[in-house]
Formats: sequence, C-alpha cells, structure tokens
Amino acid sequence: MSTTTPTSVAETGRAGTGTAPATPGSADRSAAEIADLARSVTGSASLDDTAWRRYLHGLPGVDKVGADGRAAALSTRSIKTTSKAWALDTIIRMVDLTTLEGADTPGKVRALAAKAVRPEPADPTCPSAAAVCVYNDLVPVAVEALAGTGVKVAAVSTAFPSGRASRAVRLADTRDAVEAGADEIDMVIDRGAFLSGRYSQVYEDIVAVREECRANGHHAHLKVILETGELATYDNVRRASWLAMLAGADFIKTSTGKISPAATLPVTIVMLEAVRDFRALTGVPIGVKPAGGIRTSKDAIKYLVAVNETAGADWLDPDWFRFGASSLLNDVLMQRNKLATGTYWGPDYVTVD
Amino acid sequence: MTTTASTAGSPFEYAPAPESRAVVDIASSYGLFVDGEFTPASDSGSFKTVNPATEEVLAEVAEATEEDVDRAVRAARRAQEKVWGPMPGRERAKYLFRIARLLAERSREFAVLETLDNGKPIRESRDVDVPTAAAHFFYYAGWADKLEHAGYGPDPRPHGVAAQVIPWNFPLLMLAWKIAPALATGNTVVLKPAETTPLTALLFADLLRQAELPPGVVNIVTGARATGSALVNHPDVDKIAFTGSTAVGKRIAKEIAGTRKHATLELGGKAANIVFDDAPVDQAIEGIVNGIFFNQGQVCCAGSRLLVQETIAEELVERLKARLGTLRVGDPMDKNTDVGAINSPQQLARITELADAGTAEGATRWSPDCELPSSGYWFAPTLFTGVSAAHRIAREEIFGPVLSVLTFRTPAEAVAKANNIPYGLSAGIWTEKGSRILWMADQLRAGVVWSNTFNRFDPTSPFGGYKESGYGREGGRHGLAPYLIEGSTY
Repeated sequence: MSTTTPTSVAETGRAGTGTAPATPGSADRSAAEIADLARSVTGSASLDDTAWRRYLHGLPGVDKVGADGRAAALSTRSIKTTSKAWALDTIIRMVDLTTLEGADTPGKVRALAAKAVRPEPADPTCPSAAAVCVYNDLVPVAVEALAGTGVKVAAVSTAFPSGRASRAVRLADTRDAVEAGADEIDMVIDRGAFLSGRYSQVYEDIVAVREECRANGHHAHLKVILETGELATYDNVRRASWLAMLAGADFIKTSTGKISPAATLPVTIVMLEAVRDFRALTGVPIGVKPAGGIRTSKDAIKYLVAVNETAGADWLDPDWFRFGASSLLNDVLMQRNKLATGTYWGPDYVTVD
Repeated sequence: MTTTASTAGSPFEYAPAPESRAVVDIASSYGLFVDGEFTPASDSGSFKTVNPATEEVLAEVAEATEEDVDRAVRAARRAQEKVWGPMPGRERAKYLFRIARLLAERSREFAVLETLDNGKPIRESRDVDVPTAAAHFFYYAGWADKLEHAGYGPDPRPHGVAAQVIPWNFPLLMLAWKIAPALATGNTVVLKPAETTPLTALLFADLLRQAELPPGVVNIVTGARATGSALVNHPDVDKIAFTGSTAVGKRIAKEIAGTRKHATLELGGKAANIVFDDAPVDQAIEGIVNGIFFNQGQVCCAGSRLLVQETIAEELVERLKARLGTLRVGDPMDKNTDVGAINSPQQLARITELADAGTAEGATRWSPDCELPSSGYWFAPTLFTGVSAAHRIAREEIFGPVLSVLTFRTPAEAVAKANNIPYGLSAGIWTEKGSRILWMADQLRAGVVWSNTFNRFDPTSPFGGYKESGYGREGGRHGLAPYLIEGSTY
C-alpha cells in the first residue's frame, strides 16, 4: 500500500471542492503519454508481467465483508421528493440503452434509438438517454437513426462478450465499429489472460484497441469491460480497474450482461474507489459504467448515492457515470410519472421496444 | 437540519426523509413497573425525560424511592420462588420467544422511541439496537431448557433476584443483554434504566404485559443515582449486573464487598483501533468511522484511539478527513442522518471539556465543516492528530465523537501502546495478514478483539472487559455463567 496508493490524496478533490474533471476529448492523451504514466506509476520501464504483478498485487486489498457492508449501508439512504426527481432525470441522462441479442434487427435498433432520443414523447421536459448500445454490425443503423440528436452510439466490440479471439480479429472488430461511426467502443478484456497472470497481454490489448479508437482521425471513447462476474474477487476487480485505467481506458465498465452476476453495488463501489484514487494520483478522471441487472429506479438510485458518497459529486454526470441497461428506463419513466402526477402508470403506458 | 460537508456542493442534495413519530404513543407520565402493574412512586416524585435533539420534554417519569425499590425486590423474590424458579426451562423459553417475537413485531415503535429519547440516528436504532435486542431474546430462549448442557454442572441453579442497572447509550439493547440471560436461567429481575433514557424500558414493560409474563418476574424502577444505589444495596438482592462508568462500577464493588452478592461489571473503555500498512484501506476507513462515530462515540467499546502504522499515517488521515466530510450530522429522526445528538447536557459538557484539553495540551483538532442544529445537544465529529500517549485525550474515556490519532512502527509497539491503558474492553486490528491477526489477538488484553471490522455485536459472542473495564461476560454461552450457581449433584 505504501508504495502504490495515491500519495496526493490531499489534493484530490473531495466532492464539490475539487477541480471538475476534464471533459472527454478536451485533453486527450497520446499513447506515449499513457505509457509514460503507466511506467511512472508502476515504477517499471518494462511493463512486463512481473512488473504488473508487483504493482497490482501491491494495491491495498479489499475486505469483502466490509465492502459488502458499506454497500448495504449506502443502500439504506432514503431518497425522496425533490432529490428523487433529480435522481430520476439524471438516471435517464446516464442510460446507455442497450440491445445485445442475436435476434437484433435494424427495426429493433431504430425503435430503441427513437426511445433513447425521446423516452417520454408526451413530456418535452424528459431528457434523452446518453447512448444506444448495439452490436457492431448495427452501428450504421444506429448512427443514421441518431444523427444530430446528441445521443451517442456505443458498440460492443473485441469479440464481445467472451473476447476469445486473436488480437488481430478483435482489432478488426473494433475498426469496423469505429469506421461505421461509433462514438463509443465497449471492449472486453481477456479474462483468461488476466486470471492466469498475463497482465501485460491485457494491458497491450487495451492500448491497441485504444489506438484503433483514435485511428484515422476518429475519436471513439473507450469503455473497458472487466466482466467482474468472471474475475470473482474484489481484489481482482480493483487490480483490473487499475490495469485498465493505466492502459488508457476512458471508462471502466463492470459487465457484458451475459454473465451472472453482472453489476453489483459493492463491485461498483470498488471501481468508484479506483477512479477516485486514480484521479488523486494522476489528475486523470475516468468514468464508471455498471451494466446488467439494474432494472429498477430504486436500484439505480442506490448507485447514484454510491457515486455521490464514494467518488464524489464530480462523477454525477453522464460524461463520468453511465448505466448499461435495457428495462431500467421504463421503470424510471413510470416512477417519474408517479412523482409528477401521484398515480402509477401500468406497463402499457410505456413503450415496449 | 441535516447538513453535509463534502457533498455540500453536490447537485444531489438528499431531501429530508423523516421517520414518522406517529407510530409510538408517548404518555405524559409513566409509573414504576412493579409486580406487573404501573404504580406511582411512594412519594409521588418524578423527573422529566427530554429529547436531546430538540430539548423537548417527552414525559414525566416516576422516581423510585427506597420503599419502591423494596417493593420491587419483594415482588421479584416472590415471583422467583413461586413461579419463575420452579417453572421448567422449556416453559420459560416460550415466554422468551414470545418477547423476542413481539420486539420484532413492534420494532418500528421501539426504534422511534429510542431515537426520540436517546438522540441516536433512527438508522441505528432501526438497524442495530432493536433487531439486536430481539436477537438476544431469541438466542437466550434457546438456552433456557439446555442449561444442564451448558458446562456449568449437571444441575445449575439461578441466583434468585438480579438487580440490573443499565446506561443511556443503548437503553433497549442493554436491557436485552441483562434481562434475557437472567430470565433464561430462572432468575427474576429488578432493572433500573438510566434517568435520561427510561422510555423504551417502560414500553418494554408494556410488551411484557402483552406477552403475559407472570407478574414480578421483571420489575422496572426508574430513577437516578439514589434509586440505583438503593437497588444495589438492597439486602435481598442476590446478583448485580451493572453497565456504566468505571467510577460507579468501583463504588458498587466497594459497596457489595463482604456481602453474598455476585456482580458483573461492564465499565468504561479506551479501545485501540490498530491499522497496519497492509490493511484493506477503504474498509479500514469505514471501520474507523464506525468505531468512533457510531452512536456519537457514546459506546464503551468505541475505537477512540486510532493507532496507525507510521508509513501510512498521513495518507490515512487525509482519507479519513475526506470520509468525515460525507457524514450527515443532524436530525436523528431523518433516515439519512449518520451522526445524531449527544444524550445530555452533562455528557456534552464532559466531551467539550476533554476536547478542549486536547487542544490545550497541543494536539491538532479538526472537524468537518458542518452546521449543527441550534437547539439540542450537539458535538461535531472531531479528529485529533499529533496526539501523544501522555495527553488526556489519549488516556481518558471521552464517550463522544472524538478520535485521537497516534502512530506506531512495529507490531510489538502497537501491542504495547494498545495495552498501555487502565482499560481493556475492546480492540480492532486491520491487516490482510491472518497470522498477524491471531498473534495480535493473543497479545491484546481486551475482552473483544475485532479483526477487519469494529463495533459488531452478536448474541452468540461473549462481551466484557479486562482490568478497569470490569469483569464478567455477557452474551454467548459465557453470558449464562454470571446468572448461574454451578451445580454439583449427580
């Protein structure tokens, strides 16, 4: 811990008092800058497996009982009235509306895009979702449907969800999506490599995918999916978070949604601690995206509370926190209407997409 | 009323979320609960109990005289000899199970009343005090018909009448710790709650009537020091159980010296919470916060001395300060409040005096920026750095939300510093190294040693002190011993 954790915590920004994080793209770092930072943080010129192991295993451990207890305590916050209204609108603005099925069609994607832009057509005050998240081949459809709306197109790539393909195939997959106009790439890490201690391979994968995101004048935002359900321990979640951040991830994301468990509150808190400490150490803010399994407003509000009280208020923004979800949005819309009118809508009053 | 520091600039302000006080009916006056009936004091004397968060008078409570105490002890003796003592353990167990179930069913009522009378956050009374109290009754209900297998001989017998005096910091929970093992073992009880927090004990008396517990098995006499003294010194009391200050504990020990009375004393503490440089740091921060700010630090086993390995001290304190900035101090009835009111003006004065002594002796004082309510008794969460072992704030029990930070270099030094105190109630160890936890736990002279957690209570686990923190154990199988005379008939 003494050698590896942030030493400049004093300068960090506690919520509300720190400097606001840079906006995405405003201070994009070059590959060389990222590698320099990784070398300086790990204290290794070579960035080989031994160096990574020494660094990642030197991070402070996570006590599971304590981490679960903290999540349970934050879950007891009671969010009512005005704060609930703010939270519901913020959740809508943070949703990456997702469809990742083998049966996806252009029609389905267009329907989802329309929903993302105007989740509640009858209410002009209802904000748009952050993005629509689709498989690679449907990116052109989503790009066309969302042109000029401000809603981003996110593509899952790198042989999603398993990632079990050669680096060449995974990079080609990414290139396809970027060339087709995806604003954001949700890549998966090679969990097999991570779990067998081949950390440098995971690092190099992420660096290479990031280069692909920035190739040919493109600038796709990179979200790195850790698939925390397969990493299994909170210690691994913390290590994978730091590895991804040091490799240049713009966002760290919990899950593909194809593995159970997907996002959990304690895992998300461990990742929020990681981005908080990373900014304290390096000055670089990184976003967090829990994905999968968050279906109700009540659950999503617990995540917002965790963001507020762990990473701080700077992260309460769609640039820095997202929800990967499909059914969450409808529940938020129903709760939003309940708060405004006092009556619950039945499920037939929100669209099934 | 609820304010925060570091979340102050946040767009996510939590709107007030007050628990309703309509779930509990508070009478304007309460009598003594003796022999199954509520009766006024023999001289009609009474005192007021107030809500420490608002200074509002909640009720007038009868102040038991020596005569009232005598009446209660006689009722308890009668009930012990005629009803409760002869009753088979399996029948006593049914009453205890019934009490436990009723506590769980009426938990919201008890939680609200506890918060109103004590000042602790509703989150704590709802999630800790009341459920743990019910769990104690459930647990000891299970022992009532198995006493011959508890390791205290083939036919262990009760002492008879237990006089129990409890403090104001966990009024209902301490009542449960005292009454549950006493009843399970066949003793009857005269209990005196603290004068600033009598209401949940009186509501519990109402619950006992609902449970149809035979009259006289539990008697509750409210009052202050004179009542407590009359109870402890009553000649027909067999067993004394006291939780409170070391000064009063010593006085009780002197008063009963040479009598036939047995006693358990659970007294003060000045626990070391020891953090090594390989600790799980985020959880350690939570444990430190829970160790000293849980119940406003008014906890005998509070982790009031933070011993941090020097290599990480500076960083840990910075992290701790950031965390303290997110504590929500204010209205205890708000479900989002983390730190509530101090129980009484006397306690507030003591905390203030000791904290001022810390400043005067040269330690560095820090509190998060938080606005305290204008009425009621409040003390902001406070952190002292640059504390030397010779400072009063490192030696004396403050019993408030004040943490003294000290450092150490080696495990042996941590042990020496942790033990170098007249108390020995609890300690905490934070490290990922299991072997060190076991080694430390062997070296620490403290009744409870928590590893990688703090301030966790469970009815199955014994609790009690070394040295001036008292003697006797409560909880677990060990908690039966003080209420039993070991049997020897085969």
